Amino acid sequence: MAQTNNFPETRFELEIPDPLKTDEFILNMGPQHPSTHGVLRVLLKTDGEIVESATPYIGYLHRTFEKHAERMTWPQVVPYVDRMDYLASMNNSLGYALAVEKMMGLEVNERAQYLRIIVSELNRIASHLVFLGTYGLDVGAFTPFLYGFRERERIIDLFEEISGGRLLYNYIWIGGVAFDAPDGWLEKVNEFCDYFEPKIKEYNDLLTFNKIFIERTANVGVIPADLAINYGLSGPTLRGSGVNFDLRKNDPYCIYDRFDFNVCIGKGEQGTVGDSWDRYYVRIEEMVESAKIIRQAVNQIPDGDAKETVPRNVRVPAGEIYFRTETPRGELGYYIVSDGGKNPVRVKVRAPAFCNLSILPAVARGTMVADLVAILGSLDIVLGEIDR
Amino acid sequence: MEAKEIYQRLKDAFQDDILEFNAEVLQPFIKISPDKTEEIAQFLRDEDDLEFDYLMCLSGLDLGENLGVVYHLYSMKFNHKIVLKTEVSKEQPNVNSVADIWRTADWHEREAYDLLGINFVNHPDLRRILLPDDWEGHPLRKDYQPPKSWHGIPVTLANEEEQDGANE
Repeated sequence: MAQTNNFPETRFELEIPDPLKTDEFILNMGPQHPSTHGVLRVLLKTDGEIVESATPYIGYLHRTFEKHAERMTWPQVVPYVDRMDYLASMNNSLGYALAVEKMMGLEVNERAQYLRIIVSELNRIASHLVFLGTYGLDVGAFTPFLYGFRERERIIDLFEEISGGRLLYNYIWIGGVAFDAPDGWLEKVNEFCDYFEPKIKEYNDLLTFNKIFIERTANVGVIPADLAINYGLSGPTLRGSGVNFDLRKNDPYCIYDRFDFNVCIGKGEQGTVGDSWDRYYVRIEEMVESAKIIRQAVNQIPDGDAKETVPRNVRVPAGEIYFRTETPRGELGYYIVSDGGKNPVRVKVRAPAFCNLSILPAVARGTMVADLVAILGSLDIVLGEIDR
Repeated sequence: MEAKEIYQRLKDAFQDDILEFNAEVLQPFIKISPDKTEEIAQFLRDEDDLEFDYLMCLSGLDLGENLGVVYHLYSMKFNHKIVLKTEVSKEQPNVNSVADIWRTADWHEREAYDLLGINFVNHPDLRRILLPDDWEGHPLRKDYQPPKSWHGIPVTLANEEEQDGANE
């Protein structure tokens, strides 16, 4: 199959006949543009319809989280980390809680461990559903958005029942979770899985294997595996390039080693390995795997007091740690330094979308402007965590 | 490979530029000198038995007297990790850039420059990344004082200023 865009070197093969030679045109994509998924500005230099260079300008959502964290006590940081990747708040607070627990040497109650897995995998599905919907919008399909939000609504209802919040939960605390599951909640989670799993076929029929969608995404924005690793990509964006790497398997945390699930990677089914379609499809497959994990967790969950191990006073001994977890967007790392005091000395966040976005200039060169939207959408960025 | 062996490999190759090894902490680290970071990074990435191809995180931090840069490395192939640290003075915060070794470092170094004022020598494009280009100072430094306003936009809230004043 012809490769229209690959490595930067080979990408200028789109030759324009001389009489059509046009002037360089500078175009601002964003900061207020629906396809930039937040407030991102990409400065495009274009030659006609072809992108010569794309430079992302970020920082519009910079809320100085890292500075704030230095002035707050350890548990007070939790609601703030929720606000970074607002589509996957559970996964964000899970990473922070695990990092602090590791520094404290705190063992978390079994029931709380299972609840954490259930909510973070539910959140992974919810986040991927938003991706599915907005990616459809990016390339011109409106209906998948409504489908995705229909299912997401049910997850959010579940979250509302267990935590009280619909977007930002403050549910996973240092040492456990904020509330035990209400009566009948776990059955509802199971019901949701029963309801959700057949829907995957609907998405596939509607969008995944839609001819127009494949034309828009297959062979577009190909990221080779070695380039992906060098740019520090992670999560579905890295796996889309055919790299079998998932922190839940390769660097297990929590109790993920107790569950049976597969790591989905891009296989180049519709085009080249590492194209936008692969990145999209990895996420669809991951939703199935997440549902599998949730079912197992609901079956295995023991009785107990989910708040048993939540400490009254969080005392973190002096030291430092880098702890990484797999969020829907990839490797979320917390580098936390403590001097034994009541607030952190430094909380540095390695946001997955921050690294994933940084590859954009390398992939964008030589593509069409319309394809750039498809590439940007396939990276699944959330500006809240890029800017922090 | 264990941290101790990695340290030994580095010590053999770079001698005096490897300043310290500490295995007593949660995650063992090796301290290196700031003007050799690029060579050491190249060595760690390209040696066949090390192959640190993935830079997990690059963080800057304010250590009080000095500024620090911390590199968290990972090898996809061997599944081993190491932490590198380097320290520079606030007067001459020059660290050699590793952006050409791992492209991840490009934006992370820009961030450390933006928020802490660490100057990465040989960085391809060292500009502010999160803050506006004409912002003054580096906010993550512990002694940072935010301006009252920026282009007529108030930056510090009035009651926060009062609180700050009360603390002093």
